[in-house]
Amino acid sequence: MTLYVLLEGVIAFLLIAGGAFAFIGSLGMAHLRDFYMRLHGPTKATTLGIGCMLVASMLYFWVIDGKPDIQEMLITLFLFITAPVSAHLLAKTGLHLQLRHEDKTRGNPPELREEEVGEKPVPHPDRGHG
Amino acid sequence: MLDIALWTSMALVVAALLLNVYRLAVGPDMPDRILALDTMYVNSIALIVLMGLWLNTKTYFESALLIAMLGFISTVAVCKYLLRGDIIE
Repeated sequence: MTLYVLLEGVIAFLLIAGGAFAFIGSLGMAHLRDFYMRLHGPTKATTLGIGCMLVASMLYFWVIDGKPDIQEMLITLFLFITAPVSAHLLAKTGLHLQLRHEDKTRGNPPELREEEVGEKPVPHPDRGHG
Repeated sequence: MLDIALWTSMALVVAALLLNVYRLAVGPDMPDRILALDTMYVNSIALIVLMGLWLNTKTYFESALLIAMLGFISTVAVCKYLLRGDIIE
């Protein structure tokens, strides 16, 4: 009896945590200022949130049916594998399109630097050899 | 206890979906919209899982798996299109 109350508490906590993390991820995506900051919210917080919810669902049906179910684990595994891949592709797309970025965005990859063509005189490579 | 947690979680996920719709409509550039769609896929999977808990059935988990796969593939396809101008070269 006590075990069931304990498991219910764990499932309720995981559900609340999952909903909160999903909401925080989407809030970050709606609120932050440029694309490279917005990428952080959904890729990390939302993935953790859906992981929490799927573990809660797996625990619930384990308690109800008496045997564990493979499907939720499969969805969790698939989402945890694919989320970094799609985030990497999205970041590459943003860099390729040279999206506008805030000055405070750190890292300064070469794709986002200002072009320096024609601003400074380029030293001749053969200088010093006559 | 489980009922309250379930409804709270559902309300939070629905609020997250509304924020995603906002970013999908406003998003100044194309990658913003792709990111909003990708997050909407994940949040709809969360909503399906919560509906399975609410109705006490496991029938909908197959559709959640399908949505996860199709969402990943469509995100990759649109990103490839924006990166290379072509999907299958």
